[in-house]
Amino acid sequence: MQYTILVNGDRRRVEADADTPLLWVLRDDLGLKGTKYGCGIGACGACTVHVDGVATRACTLPVARLGARAVTTIEGIGNNPLGRAVQQAWLATDVVQCGYCQAGQIMAAVALLASVPQPNDADIDRAMAGNLCRCATYPRIRAAIKRAAGLPVADTRYGS
Amino acid sequence: MRATPATDEGATANPSRRTFLKAGAAIGGGLLLEVSLPLRAFGVAEAAPAVLNAYVRIATDGTVTIVSKNPEIGQGIKTMLPMLVAEELDVEWASVRTEQALSDPAIYGRQFAGGSRATPLHWEPLRRVGAAARQMLIAAAAADWGVAPAECDTLPGVVRHAGSGRSAPYGSLAARAAALPAPDPASVPLKDPARFRIIGVSQPGVDSPLVVTGQPLFGIDVELPGMLHAVFVKCPVFGGRVRRANLEVVRAQPGVTHAFVVEGGEAFDGLASGVAIVARSHWAARKARLRLDVDWDEGAAAAQSSEGFAREAARLARRAPAIVIARDGDVESALSGAKRVVEAAYSYPFIAHATLEPQNCTARVEGARAEIWAPTQNPDSGRKIVARTLGLAEADIKIHMMRCGGGFGRRLMNDYMVEACWIARVAGAPVKLVWEREDDLRHDFYRPAGYHFFRAGLSDAGRLVAFRDHFVSFGADGKFASSAALSATEFPARFVPNLELGASLLPLGVPTGPLRAPGSNALAFAFQSFLDELAHAAGHDPVAFRLALLGPSRVYAGTQTPAGSTPDFDSGRMAAVLTEVAARAGYGRRTLPPRSGLGVAFYFSHLGYFAEVVEVAVGPTGEVRVAKVWVVGDVGSQIINPSGAENQVQGAVIDGLSAALGQTITLERGRVRESNFHDYPLLRIDRAPPVDVHFLRTDHPPTGLGEPALPPVVPALCNAIFAATGRRVRRLPVDPAELAAGA
Ligand code: FES
Ligand code: FES
Repeated sequence: MQYTILVNGDRRRVEADADTPLLWVLRDDLGLKGTKYGCGIGACGACTVHVDGVATRACTLPVARLGARAVTTIEGIGNNPLGRAVQQAWLATDVVQCGYCQAGQIMAAVALLASVPQPNDADIDRAMAGNLCRCATYPRIRAAIKRAAGLPVADTRYGS
Repeated sequence: MRATPATDEGATANPSRRTFLKAGAAIGGGLLLEVSLPLRAFGVAEAAPAVLNAYVRIATDGTVTIVSKNPEIGQGIKTMLPMLVAEELDVEWASVRTEQALSDPAIYGRQFAGGSRATPLHWEPLRRVGAAARQMLIAAAAADWGVAPAECDTLPGVVRHAGSGRSAPYGSLAARAAALPAPDPASVPLKDPARFRIIGVSQPGVDSPLVVTGQPLFGIDVELPGMLHAVFVKCPVFGGRVRRANLEVVRAQPGVTHAFVVEGGEAFDGLASGVAIVARSHWAARKARLRLDVDWDEGAAAAQSSEGFAREAARLARRAPAIVIARDGDVESALSGAKRVVEAAYSYPFIAHATLEPQNCTARVEGARAEIWAPTQNPDSGRKIVARTLGLAEADIKIHMMRCGGGFGRRLMNDYMVEACWIARVAGAPVKLVWEREDDLRHDFYRPAGYHFFRAGLSDAGRLVAFRDHFVSFGADGKFASSAALSATEFPARFVPNLELGASLLPLGVPTGPLRAPGSNALAFAFQSFLDELAHAAGHDPVAFRLALLGPSRVYAGTQTPAGSTPDFDSGRMAAVLTEVAARAGYGRRTLPPRSGLGVAFYFSHLGYFAEVVEVAVGPTGEVRVAKVWVVGDVGSQIINPSGAENQVQGAVIDGLSAALGQTITLERGRVRESNFHDYPLLRIDRAPPVDVHFLRTDHPPTGLGEPALPPVVPALCNAIFAATGRRVRRLPVDPAELAAGA
């Protein structure tokens, strides 16, 4: 099947089976390798992209179901000021270990901050719990989100 | 493993063992240094040429390129190794570009990521690389100016002569410096650490800007012209073989270009029997796989199960151990004379590495040559396996070490590399092989399960006077399976007058291998939890009990045996981290709410001394919430990259919690039950505690940080659960059902 999909502001034409997950269309047909495969079942968040601004697992979204909705990937998120700010906060916090999960983490974080500009720790837990980090950079992910929001970075969950 | 102090290498008088540098003009005029070190530093046979190699290039505009020789798996090596060179080269870190080396043992020596070895192995040699390069730049400037090199010094990126006020940037000197003879690195002066400007200062990961913008970096991102995509289906039972498969049906699926049976061999780390499906896209290969039907000869391992192992272990525990590992004094009479005898059985399951980037490899095999792009921690062994399996010469195999989306020891094995090469050759096209998560969890080299049957005796005064462990592990012919061993120096060996460590081995048809802090990640749980039981039985504070056991500060010499070696152990360094972490966590000084508690443990591994305190709150249904973790570590005189160090320690601690709180690989009929992250859970951000990290700086050469912070967190967690609930966790993972209020 031929599909025309809107990715990072560009209209892209792809030839793919209807059930092909958006993840593989992005990676193998459009050469956008930033979106990662981790589990294929929606359990790790490595493949997180935005679909009309909503954080979405690209591994479980068949291309045929995308329709006219706009996809933003890690390659395009820096074009928006919030996305750029999150990327900068990630660098300033030196979050990355292996880095494999981080595209998904950043996409989830941007979606969070777009809807909750000043998130507390509970907001962060809720929004980010779908994104695994095997290297366990969680303390820094938490700090980087707060930094991007201009908040004090301390983890307030531990009361003392 | 034992670190050979790098100073031995530089200082030895034997020129064949001396660090040497060769200088030559780099392309475009620049300084090119090749640094070679003897293989002895790695503690392996000296048959192969013994070279460690670092490159320094300086462009005329002053840009410095420093090559990082080892694979990057998230441990931050591509940042840290060049920092060592840059410090002594005396350049601004901002002017440095780092570059990943190719795998090339003839130039670089061993290139691997494992055992937290990179710091002890490179701390001095790589600084000498930088210092020697700086000497050459000084020599070039001194010759220009007609002054003595000794009268010159450097500012970052600049040679200057104070007497005449002259100065010259490195970029203007590099071409001439490259033509000069290289100094003997052993003779070049090194900086006083008090003057370090790069080492000891947090430097963010050099590739992070590419990571946060989603640039292709990882093995799985490789794309070659004309590349096909492969999946490889192996028998769910380890060692099983293909009898027949419906290849015709698979070949008829859309997009499929090839489907074939791979004969394979016997070795787990080599090419296994299976079915390769090659297609024009990864998705097409996967869909075709759903139509694949294989008749497997499951082989002998089909009779094995986790349950069966536990039963067998309990049976063997009733007999005398088959292997005596350590024997001091007379345990039997000390036990019968003891005031109190404590007995307990501890066990832990198989667990998987679950690197977030699944195993993958891209290969092009043309005639007698292979070119490979692999996320690997150990390219040399991969090259050997590929050479052997495909009948190629090692020299004709080129390996690009791609950034790894996690390693944790999994990618020390290169099974996926040889699979990709084999498939690419049969397909006659470049092939990218990507394992599905299910393949990854079901075909790992697991952290082996283990079963410990302890008995210990306490004196009237509550002192530990007798200690016995009958360890039921895996192996054959008196030899432990990979990462399933127990050494004669396992604490409290040498700290108890009457002690016996013995083992019995169960045969195993399942691959095992090193997983972050191999051995230690499991032994720490068993030994440090049981010691906690003993402290409570003795009626002593768990910290005081451990300090008394460690005794006065003393160095216990390591051992060298044909089976392996263990390093020296300094009881004073351990007592110091333990004392410090107790103070930082307020251990014994705070009143906690009901069903909350603090637990403590220490462990020595990979040359690092770590003590940790965990605070937990256990909910009414037994759900364990880790509120906070305190870590104090001693890895010597210098934390090379403090930001990276903290990140590694926090990651290791949460990794340990993740395994202890939820992970099991269950064997049933020779196959793994778990398949993906829904049934093999990793800790998520909402359950990841804050981790307070503190280092004691001591006058010892710096050692590595990828691993040693992990082991103590597991027993500290379980000891905290005991403090909170009075229930002792003797089997991992922690089972909330056993911790529920009133359970
Ligand atoms: S790959 Fe999509 S959630 Fe894991
Ligand atoms: S940084 Fe490695 S998985 Fe998150």
